[in-house]
Amino acid sequence: MQEFKTVEVNTDLLIIGPGMAGSGACVEGAHWAKENGVKITVVDKAAMERSGAVGMGLSAINQYQGENTPVDYLSYVRQDLMGLCRDDLVMDISRHVNGSVHMFEKFGLPIWKDPDGNYVHEGRWQLMINGESYKAIVAEAGKNAVGMDNIIERVFVVRLLLDKNDKNKVAGAIGFSVRDPEIYIFRFKACIVSAGGAVHVFRPRSTGEGLGRAWYPPWNAGSSSYLTTTAGAEMTSQEVVFIPARFKDGYGPVGAWFLLFKAMATSATGFNYMAEGLAEGGELHNWPPYGEVKPIPTCLRNHLMMIEMYKKGDGPILMHTDKAIAKIAEQAPDQKAYKKEIKKLEAEAWEDFLDMTISQAVLWASKDVFPEEGPSEIMPSEPYFIGSHSGASGAWTSGPEDIQTDDSKGEYFWGYNRMTTVKGLFAAGDGVGVSSHKFSSGSFTEGRIAAKAAVKYCVDNPELPEIDASELEKRKEELLLPLKHYEEHKALTTLGTTDKKYALPVEEVNPNYITPKMAIFRLNKIMDEYVAGWGSMYNCSKTTLNIALDLIKMLKADLKKLAARNLHELMRCWENIHRVQIAEAHTRHKLHREETRWPGYYYRTDFPKLEEDTWGKVFVNSVYDAEKDEFSMLTRPIIHLVDIKEVVGM
Amino acid sequence: MPSYVIDEKCDGCKGGDKTACMYICPNDLMVLDVDRMKAYNTEPDMCWECYNCVKICPTQAIEVRGYADFTPLGASVQPMRGSEDIMWTVKFRGGTIKRFKFPIRTTPEGEAQPDGGYGVGPGTLDDQLLFTEPASLLADNLWTLADERG
Repeated sequence: MQEFKTVEVNTDLLIIGPGMAGSGACVEGAHWAKENGVKITVVDKAAMERSGAVGMGLSAINQYQGENTPVDYLSYVRQDLMGLCRDDLVMDISRHVNGSVHMFEKFGLPIWKDPDGNYVHEGRWQLMINGESYKAIVAEAGKNAVGMDNIIERVFVVRLLLDKNDKNKVAGAIGFSVRDPEIYIFRFKACIVSAGGAVHVFRPRSTGEGLGRAWYPPWNAGSSSYLTTTAGAEMTSQEVVFIPARFKDGYGPVGAWFLLFKAMATSATGFNYMAEGLAEGGELHNWPPYGEVKPIPTCLRNHLMMIEMYKKGDGPILMHTDKAIAKIAEQAPDQKAYKKEIKKLEAEAWEDFLDMTISQAVLWASKDVFPEEGPSEIMPSEPYFIGSHSGASGAWTSGPEDIQTDDSKGEYFWGYNRMTTVKGLFAAGDGVGVSSHKFSSGSFTEGRIAAKAAVKYCVDNPELPEIDASELEKRKEELLLPLKHYEEHKALTTLGTTDKKYALPVEEVNPNYITPKMAIFRLNKIMDEYVAGWGSMYNCSKTTLNIALDLIKMLKADLKKLAARNLHELMRCWENIHRVQIAEAHTRHKLHREETRWPGYYYRTDFPKLEEDTWGKVFVNSVYDAEKDEFSMLTRPIIHLVDIKEVVGM
Repeated sequence: MPSYVIDEKCDGCKGGDKTACMYICPNDLMVLDVDRMKAYNTEPDMCWECYNCVKICPTQAIEVRGYADFTPLGASVQPMRGSEDIMWTVKFRGGTIKRFKFPIRTTPEGEAQPDGGYGVGPGTLDDQLLFTEPASLLADNLWTLADERG
């Protein structure tokens, strides 16, 4: 095995994962850090220019308040998540988000404008952009703020380290270079975990070469959740997954089609399931109060789709792109204007894919699909963990001091905005729970909020915490275990010769170890079949969840026998260790919440109804004891800071 | 094999310590075979088809062939990314060709100013204002709950 060098980095504030949230933390943090003599360091598993969920680009900014108030936005988020949200966190982002969007425009992001110079809205909250370089532009502002000398790329942080004298205080982090044999030890006063959501916990619909074509990026391996959970931070709403319904296989966006082009979706035989679901006596009335009010929550839109596909067998679901285009073009006054309008719409439709899901363009070109000629299939995907979208999983954090009531202050505020229950450990973006619908712009904003508070924490707590030397040695050994394990056992092979193995990304059979790829497949199979993936038509019960927990326990034990043939595979091993942790947390949360709150995301078949009077009043939270490998489950009250008189739509 | 390298066009970025594709790939998939000075995608089934390697390659040596488990052969989608816009050529399986050009940024590369030109506002470490506020909000004040509850 190669010799590893240890690189020590001492700083005040470490930003782990400069995606959209981390880039916001860079922009805001750098200002306050400079004013207060605080040092910031940034660490990225990839290259900041294109790291994170927005690395490919985006075709829209999904959170812009415009003239709407934070209460308006809250009404929409609370409705969409079937009542589950922290009012303080949601309104906090909402009140700041316009400023972030205005800054993006000044950074150089092209935002569509109408002839009067106003932003072009896709919906009430959504703006259309030419977003091919969205991440590169925003990252550039972040880099310019903190300086490239303070940014470390291609280093994967795998675990946080706690203070020797206070186990509820963060003191450092350990990681490794994915390119050179180097272990990184970071020592700091505070850190911001903004390392994304989790993909490939559940079995994706494509499992061959298309395994990587997840809706959310495959490099989001649940690191935010793992880092905060194993540090002992209280986590919230890990039961809430997000299931996007998108164009089949490519997972191309449908937002522009629904909101901008006003396209309709029906079952195969033309049943308008959304209109019928809302009509008197329709299915949505079985889910009061959320089902009875527009906009229809995301999970319920999925639910209606699933009834057509799985119960009635009237699939596939079709998006009528052709009719939408024809309807818009018909409004043109003459043939010349008609042709011009069609051409414009066609370019807009293709840009929607080319900006953010190029695979969908490849797929349409490969299948000779012309959206103006006929409908296309849409399909609910595998489940994802994404605190920034219409999901809610993440760390339980303090909110802002000024957006609290007397009731909420004791529950939702403990000194520093976006600090978890562990001192010095902050989170942002997909790392923060029940602060949903922040998307790219709100994640950037939340990173800014967290960074300002984290700098204040560093100023208030000037002493550098101490890392236990024996703990550190243990973590270093644990980090390299998959490489060591491979070296010790590689003599058994199915590849002909052991010399070839290093360079070959192929599977092999060995009784002493499993490769990271087989570990992910094993996890995917458990989650899909027992924890409500697409393979079980999103159904689970106490029985199946307990089977999953037994299987996860054995998988966790076997993770100690993961083998890595090189640094790239060592990264894959640790990504899977991260995934299994959120998988277990998710299963335990699902078991704890004895109701079906998000039909269309998952169904508890043994508790098939929404229980508003009991489970509608609480968040399900958990705390993990890493030494004992035990979860404690608890609930926290949902406290409404304002009364919503009317839900403001999309 | 989502992104693939055309051997004869790849020059391994002429012996730099890493190739452009290795630098940019968000999933660490691109590897330089130093004996041949050619890059390759080491783990095609973990490719998101984000096209960052395709866009950044200085010799246009990287293209994408759609995921084989659901994409019929024969089409291609190829970008040409400049400093202000990107040109896409979409070739359909049946022979249709479409070209699209979209802007990508409005400022020169490297010049994104962290404050967005809004300057430093009156906030302090103890209040709720972010450093560019209220100017960046294009409003006079930052909303707070007391505004709502009166």
